[in-house]
Amino acid sequence: MDERNLTYMFYGFLSAWVILAGYVVTLAAREGRINRQIENLRRMIEGKESSKL
Amino acid sequence: MGTKILYVLGALAAVLLVRNLYVILLGLPDEKDQGAIYRIIFFHLPAFFTAALCYLTALISSVVYLVRKSQRADDLALSATEVGLAFAAVNLVTGMIWARIIWGIWWTWDARLTWALITWLIYAGYLMLRRAIDDPSERAKNAAVLCIFAFASVLITWKSIDWWRTQHPGAVLSIRGAEGGLDPAMESMIYFNWLALLLLCIVLVAVRMRQERVQREIDALRRHAHAL
Repeated sequence: MDERNLTYMFYGFLSAWVILAGYVVTLAAREGRINRQIENLRRMIEGKESSKL
Repeated sequence: MGTKILYVLGALAAVLLVRNLYVILLGLPDEKDQGAIYRIIFFHLPAFFTAALCYLTALISSVVYLVRKSQRADDLALSATEVGLAFAAVNLVTGMIWARIIWGIWWTWDARLTWALITWLIYAGYLMLRRAIDDPSERAKNAAVLCIFAFASVLITWKSIDWWRTQHPGAVLSIRGAEGGLDPAMESMIYFNWLALLLLCIVLVAVRMRQERVQREIDALRRHAHAL
């Protein structure tokens, strides 16, 4: 019982960290995607504006 | 919120979490009936409190949005809900793991567990609703109304252990009037870990809010690029 008790306590802690870390990873991935999008759009607009001049 | 402040809050949360983990694992004794598994409560309860506070923030922000049509309020409601869902998931999963040892089952349809799951599903529905509506003002308005009604589910979850006979344990914190509940050292550790999770939550909400702001900039740039 005691060993199982400890193992499940470890699972409990691990699951808490995995869920929170998983969410942080999705936030970081979204941050990267947004930054890439904004960079591409700015470059595209600059290109369009300079070709108009 | 400034990037430097976010780094400081994040670092504080990390230091506090490591310190708490040390005390939880090595400083506090096993509980006499449950043994080591009771330590799950140090994440289970603070995660619920954090999620409930996120939902309350989303409720207030939704009311502010409907009254003032403030875009920042809508961003805060969305961000708080999304982060709250992550903490609510921690609450549900850690509870199930504790139940497997103490009750011998992963899940039972008792009032507290069922309402906690329903609450999670309602707020997940809130996020899905936002994805389903294209028009930004319609999306914000509908989501705000849902968010206000959804909070009733949080209150029912909170009070379910008082209103119904549940397999879930009753109140253990002295602030809820629990008699013969947790040892003061254990109870204070719950608050310390709540503080750490709360700091982490603030950082995550702030980052998510910034992402929403940048996303609007992207939408505006897209329209601009399209018009050129």
